Amino acid sequence: MSCCAPSAELALDLTSTTSVLPSSQEIRLASRSLGDNLWQTDLSVPTVHCAACIQAIETALGRLDRVEGARVNLSTKRVAIRWRGDSVPPFVAALGRLGFQAHLFEADADKKDKTLAELIRAVAVAGFAAGNIMLLSVSVWSGAEGATRDLFHWVSALIAIPALAFAGGIFFRSAWNALRHGRMNMDVPIAVGVSLAYAMSLYETINHGDHAYFDASVSLLFFLLIGRTLDHVMRERARTAVKGLSRLAARGAMVLRGDGARDYLPVGEIEPGMHLLVVAGERIPVDGRIIRGASDLDRSLVSGESTPKTVASGEQVQAGTLNLTGPLTIEATAAAKDSFLAEMVRLMEAAEGGRAHYRRIADRVSALYAPVVHLTAFVTFLGWMAATGDWHRAVTIAIAVLIITCPCALGLAVPIVQVVAARRLFEAGVMVKDGSAIERLAAIDIAVFDKTGTLTLGQPRLVNASSIDPAMLAIAADIAAHSRHPFSKAIAQFAGFAGQPKLDDVSEHPGLGIEATAAGNIWRLGRRGWAGWKARTGGEGRYGGFGGTVLSKNGRIVASFTFEDATRSDARAAVGQLKDAGVSVEMLSGDIASACGVVARTLDIEKFVPALLPSGKVERIEALARAGHKVLMVGDGLNDTPALGAAHISIAPATAADIGRNAADFVFLRESLSAVPLALDVSRKAGRLIRQNIAIAIIYNAVAVPIAIFGNVTPLIAAVAMSASSLLVIGNGLRLQGFRLAELTRASSATHSGIHPPARSS
Amino acid sequence: MTILVYLMPVALFLGALGLTGFLWALKSGQYEDLDGAAERILRDDKPER
Repeated sequence: MSCCAPSAELALDLTSTTSVLPSSQEIRLASRSLGDNLWQTDLSVPTVHCAACIQAIETALGRLDRVEGARVNLSTKRVAIRWRGDSVPPFVAALGRLGFQAHLFEADADKKDKTLAELIRAVAVAGFAAGNIMLLSVSVWSGAEGATRDLFHWVSALIAIPALAFAGGIFFRSAWNALRHGRMNMDVPIAVGVSLAYAMSLYETINHGDHAYFDASVSLLFFLLIGRTLDHVMRERARTAVKGLSRLAARGAMVLRGDGARDYLPVGEIEPGMHLLVVAGERIPVDGRIIRGASDLDRSLVSGESTPKTVASGEQVQAGTLNLTGPLTIEATAAAKDSFLAEMVRLMEAAEGGRAHYRRIADRVSALYAPVVHLTAFVTFLGWMAATGDWHRAVTIAIAVLIITCPCALGLAVPIVQVVAARRLFEAGVMVKDGSAIERLAAIDIAVFDKTGTLTLGQPRLVNASSIDPAMLAIAADIAAHSRHPFSKAIAQFAGFAGQPKLDDVSEHPGLGIEATAAGNIWRLGRRGWAGWKARTGGEGRYGGFGGTVLSKNGRIVASFTFEDATRSDARAAVGQLKDAGVSVEMLSGDIASACGVVARTLDIEKFVPALLPSGKVERIEALARAGHKVLMVGDGLNDTPALGAAHISIAPATAADIGRNAADFVFLRESLSAVPLALDVSRKAGRLIRQNIAIAIIYNAVAVPIAIFGNVTPLIAAVAMSASSLLVIGNGLRLQGFRLAELTRASSATHSGIHPPARSS
Repeated sequence: MTILVYLMPVALFLGALGLTGFLWALKSGQYEDLDGAAERILRDDKPER
């Protein structure tokens, strides 16, 4: 793989305009102490992708004062920095100078992935044992006899003990857990089969018998562990990628004490009544009331409204909204645990239901399979007892039945397909957080979309650029570059030189606009009433409507700007593809009806419900679920989170609120909405392959079981049959990779266009 | 037959050596950043170290 692997391109799409660089206080809170005044900070740097990046970052950070060392992890796209002292060295700024955007992520760096380490160790031990026992078994099959055979059996028995204890422990614990709760899972027949095979083989060895199944029991564990480890690695990779996304919620806030002191406190320690300072570019940490200042708030992530709201002192603000233009002093009215965010979490927990009752295909199959297999073995035992009256023979044959039916292929049938499917989606920038998600997505018949931030980008786009005088547009873009208001950002994209004078003295007036002086003239970009303070005469832009954003020169309006919320790239195509796949599409939004109507018409969505509260979205989804539909929810806002939890399956974009990203089963990292039909398509194909694989496993049993029942199974036959069926199932699962070529060529043009900013023409 | 008495312990010992080596590598963190290791090999050594 070259330096420009898909992951590099995938990271490019992540540069979200709403993300805010972490302040040094925030970094301080997220750092952990290594003792002796030494601290470690882990930052996520999504754009790091090659040897040169590693070198640049490590050298630049190493040169900073008080930094002991920095190490980049390219697999997880993180950098760990060790530093000394009381104040945080300016490493975010240093990374910024190199062109890398760094941010903090969910702090759980302390606990390493224990499960993965255990699984890999188990695979290694089982692999070692399986290899050695298989060699000894081959010697037995090729004619070792008498004392030699006994010796080989004894050695095999010894090697198998640590393998069973260590590698088998994973299955024994899981099986015991299931049985204790009165459930059945795939691990029950595995545990029973493996331990009985070992016990019988040991008995045979002691009595100088000629059939021992040590190889079967250990290689069975080996195969199953490989499937399980791959499954875990895939999910962990997706989770790590999602965790590496920047946090959108505030980690702490600047508290103003009565005596004028300022403290930076974690969100959890903020109490009602405290006065907080929220500067432009920060998110409001808790619900509160403004006591000083005026600003514009971006509420798109909280309520789904696409237009920023102007606020002044005395007004209530909700946790999670982004302060855009001016500093605010707010009085907290609720602690974090009673804030809007916490309320959404409670609503989500209350709504959780659809997926809690979902039972995975593998579990459903094994609930039928295990009793049948165990019954067959028991009946075989009774039959041979009745026919021959020979204890030893009846038990041997019954156990042979158990070994041959031990669900090696069945245990691999589901995970192997899901691993391949998850890998394919990973390459396309779609993270799958749970294996059962792929099964659930395949079953949906209704897709429900949120509007702001999901179908649209949640960022306005200038639509009348072509009708504005280029010189005026250029000066407007220069002025707009000084503000983080979404309208300003949209205008700033049209920056270019058209003979405009240089700006001196730019100031932002929260809630109103930006004022600048250039060559003796006063320019204002902002609200019509504020910018055009003189009577509107001539020189007015051709779109001379009322309200809206205008540019004025010495009080006379010279241009006016019209905005609309830009739809995500490929949104229309994605909706069309979903409809072709037999899924009906609905839009649920917290925004006003007219804004929803425009988007619905552009994207060809017939059904939409505007102005919904978070609980309204949940009710709608629950109503659909009661009518027997399987609902897919795609949403990004805090207000969508309960609905994400209520739906049968949920997808969130990378720009979603933190809890939404954590609640969703899939997270797509690229801008293009075609991720949704792609995920559906892959899931349905995976579903088909899983059913085929289960069919293959059952056909294999139908052939092998009669042979076992009639007592014709030798260890050689068991080994060959089990390996062959496993390979068949794995090969069938890998076919999912084969579907890829055609789709990649079809989809690549679409995904690449997603990187560019909204179209400048039109 | 007697040759087996030597050969089998030798075979098992060598196998166990490989297994221990793998477990050691795993424990010492050599599998933490596979992509990074692949890129770092291309990079020149720093003069100061």
